[in-house]
Amino acid sequence: MVDVPYDAVTDVPPAEVPEVDLYHPKSWWTHYVFSQDAKVIAIQYSLTATAIGLVALVLSWLMRLQLGFPGTFSFIDANQYLQFITMHGMIMVIYLLTALFLGGFGNYLIPLMVGARDMVFPYVNMLSYWVYLLAVLVLASTFFVPGGPTGAGWTLYPPQAILSGTPGQDWGIVLMLASLILFIIGFTMGGLNYVVTVLQARTRGMTLMRMPLTVWGIFTATVMALLAFPALFVASVMMLFDRLLGTSFFMPALVEMGQQMKYGGGSPILFQHLFWFFGHPEVYIVALPAFGIVSDLISTHARKNIFGYRMMVWAIVGIGALSFVVWAHHMYVSGMHPHFGFFFATTTLIIAIPTAIKVYNWVLTLWRGDIHLTVPMLFALGFIITFVNGGLTGLFLGNVVVDVPLSDTMFVVAHFHMVMGVAPIMVVLGAIYHWYPKVTGRMLDDWMGKFHFWVTFLGAYLIFFPMHYLGLQGVPRRYHDLGEAVFITPNVHTLNAFITIMALTVGFAQMVFLFNLVWSLFKGRPSGGNPWRATTLEWQTPETPPGHGNWGKELPVVYRWAYDYSVPGAAQDFIPQNQPPATRAVQGAAP
Amino acid sequence: MSAIVLFMAVIAVIVGWWLSHQRLTAKPWLEEGSIDDFPGTGAMTLPAAKIGLGVFLAVATSLFALFISAYSMRMNMVDWRTLPVPGLLWLNTGVLVLSSVALQWAYVAAHRNNMDGVIVGLCAGGASAITFLVGQLLAWQQLRAAGYFVASNPANSFFYMITAAHGLHLMGGLVALGRTTAKVWRGAEMAEVRLSVELCTIYWHFLLLVWLVLLGLLTGWTDDFVDICRRLLT
Repeated sequence: MVDVPYDAVTDVPPAEVPEVDLYHPKSWWTHYVFSQDAKVIAIQYSLTATAIGLVALVLSWLMRLQLGFPGTFSFIDANQYLQFITMHGMIMVIYLLTALFLGGFGNYLIPLMVGARDMVFPYVNMLSYWVYLLAVLVLASTFFVPGGPTGAGWTLYPPQAILSGTPGQDWGIVLMLASLILFIIGFTMGGLNYVVTVLQARTRGMTLMRMPLTVWGIFTATVMALLAFPALFVASVMMLFDRLLGTSFFMPALVEMGQQMKYGGGSPILFQHLFWFFGHPEVYIVALPAFGIVSDLISTHARKNIFGYRMMVWAIVGIGALSFVVWAHHMYVSGMHPHFGFFFATTTLIIAIPTAIKVYNWVLTLWRGDIHLTVPMLFALGFIITFVNGGLTGLFLGNVVVDVPLSDTMFVVAHFHMVMGVAPIMVVLGAIYHWYPKVTGRMLDDWMGKFHFWVTFLGAYLIFFPMHYLGLQGVPRRYHDLGEAVFITPNVHTLNAFITIMALTVGFAQMVFLFNLVWSLFKGRPSGGNPWRATTLEWQTPETPPGHGNWGKELPVVYRWAYDYSVPGAAQDFIPQNQPPATRAVQGAAP
Repeated sequence: MSAIVLFMAVIAVIVGWWLSHQRLTAKPWLEEGSIDDFPGTGAMTLPAAKIGLGVFLAVATSLFALFISAYSMRMNMVDWRTLPVPGLLWLNTGVLVLSSVALQWAYVAAHRNNMDGVIVGLCAGGASAITFLVGQLLAWQQLRAAGYFVASNPANSFFYMITAAHGLHLMGGLVALGRTTAKVWRGAEMAEVRLSVELCTIYWHFLLLVWLVLLGLLTGWTDDFVDICRRLLT
C-alpha cells in the first residue's frame, strides 16, 4: 500500500514511498474473526460461499431425484420442487460464484498480485464480509420460516413471485429480496476495495499492462458488478414495495381466487428489464474472473507466455462493455418489438468475437507449450472445452427465431449450465488446486485431485449433453412432473434417470474434493513458496502462507510482465516479475 | 431504460479516456526494466479515499439513473396520475443548497488553514442537511394528509421511494460528516481533516445535483426536455 503526498502533481510515484500504518490485530478475535486482513477475509468469503454452495448442491440432487424417478420420493411435492430450483439457482449464481470469484479470489489475489500490503480500505472490507454473511443467513433462514423459501424461479418474475399460488409467498419472497439487498450493499463495500486497490495500490513498476490477467478479469468484473448490481437493487426494492406496501410498480390488475386484487396497471416487463440489466452482465461478472484465472493457469502450466496478452486485455474490456447492451436477449418471448429483437440479437452475436479471440489465444498458448498435465491444468483444459461447448449453444439461443421455440426448455438449462455453471466451476476448482499451496503451505493430494477432475469433467458432460437433446424434444424446464404428453417419449424418462445417477456421482466426487481439502491441510506434502515455478508476485512472498502485510520489510518492485516463461537464454524457465534485469544481464541472456 | 443506457455510455467514455492514457497498446513482453522508462503508468497518486468516493458516486449515479429509467417507463402507462408537488419541497431545496454552500465554505476554509471557518461550515452544513431531511418528512406528511398514499398511484409510490432513497444517501453522508466534525472537535490538525472535509463537500454537491434532477423529474419539469430528446431520437 503506497501513501503518497496528497498534493502530488506528478503521475510517477516517488521512488521511496512511506509505508501506510497497517492495522495490526491485537487479539485472537481481531486476528481470525473480525479480521481486516484481506487474506483472512478471502478465506471467510470462500468458506461461507462453499457452505451455502453445498446446500445448493444438495438441492440439485433433490431436484434430480424427482426428475429421474418421479413419484418415488413422496417428500418432494410440486411446491418444494419449485423452491428447490429457485434456491439452487439463486445460491449458485450469486451467493456462490459471485462471492467466491470476487470476495474469495479477489480478496486473496488482488493485493498479492499487484504487490500491495492489503486492500486500501481494510475496515470496509471486513464489513463487506459480515454483511455478506448476514445476507447468506437471511437467505438460509427462509428454509425455516412458515411457507418456506420462495418458489418463484431464480428470476423472481412478477406477478407470480408475489401471488399466493407461488410457494413462499408469505415470508420466502420477502426474505429473499431482503437478502439480495443486503448482498448488494455488502458487495459494493468489497467492490470499492477491489477497484481502488488495483487503481491506487499497485506497487512500483506494476503498470496496468504488466498485471496478470487474473487481476484484469477480477478488476473488470468488479467494475461491471458495481454498475450492474444497482439494477437488481432497484428491482428488489420496488418488488418489496409491491409485496409489502401494496404499490403497483410491477403488478398489473389481477383476479386471484375470484377476488379482484388491489393491484393495477403495473408492468411485469419493467421488472424483466431491470432484472436482466443486472442479469446479463452477471454472466460476465462470473465469466471474466474465470477467463483471467484460466489464462494464468494455462500459461504457468504450459510454461509458455500467454499468447496475445494485449488482445486478451482488450477482449476482457470489450466483453465487459458489450455485456451491458445485450440484456433483452433474455426477453425475446416477452412480446418485444421485432426491431429490438434484431438489435439485441446482433449485439449478442458480436460478443462472440472477443470471446473467440480469447479461446484462440488460450489454444495458441498451449500450442507447442511444455504442457504439464497437473490438476490445475486439467481443470483449465476442461474449462476451455466446456466454455466452447456452452458458447456454441449460446449462438443458437442468441438468434430470435431459434430462441423462441427453445425458450423455457431443457436446452436453455443445458446451455447456461455449461457456459456459466460447469465452465466457471472448472476454473474455481483449478484455481483452488493452483493456489491452495500458497494459502496453506501444502499441496493438495494429486491422486485424489485427478480422480476428482475426471469424474467431475466426464460426469458434467454426461449430465448436460443429454439435456440438450431433451430440450430439442421439447421437454420444458421447471416442471415437477412431465405427465402424459405425446412428445414425452419413453427415452426421455430413461435419460432423466441416467442424468440423475450422473448428478449424484458428480456430487460424490465433490465430497472427495472436500476431504482432500481437509486431509491435505494436515497431511499434504509441504509445497515451499513457489511449487509451480510461477512468475507472478504472489509466489514471491517472503513467507508461505504470506504473513500479515504480505511482503516483509519492503514492497516488491516489478520489472517485467507476468508471463516470462521459457525465455530463451534465461537460467530458469521462468523469470519472476520482481527480478531486476541486471540479474539476467549477468547471466548473459538477451530476450 | 434510456437514462441508464445514457449513463453507461458516459461511464464508457470516461473509462475509455482513462484507459487510453494507460498505454494499452504497449507490448509488455518487450518492456523489461524500471518503471521510470514508462512514465505515467504507475498507480494513481490521488488519495485512495478520493478515488473510492469517485467510484461510489458512479455506483450511486447508476442507482438513481435506474430509478429514473423505471420512473420514465412506468409513467407512460395509463393509470399514472401526477401528484401535486408540495410547496415545501422548494423550501427544502433551498435548505439543501444552503447545506452545500456551507460545506463549500468549510472546504475553502480548510484550504486556508482557518479552523474556525471549518467548524462553522461543517456545523451549518450538518444542521441544514438535517433540516432538509425533517422538511422531507413534513412533505410526506402533507401528502398523506391530502390523501396521496404510497400505494394509491404509481406516481405517489415513486415519489416516496425516490425521496427516501435520496434521504438515505444523505443520512449516510451525515454519518461521515459527523465523524469529521467529531475529529475537528477533538482538536485534530488541519492536515488530518482537510481530505475528509473535501470528500464530504464533494458528496454534498453530488447529492444536491441528484436532488435537482429528481426534483425536475418529480415536478414534471423535465418532461418537455425528455419529449424533445425523444423526438430528436425518433
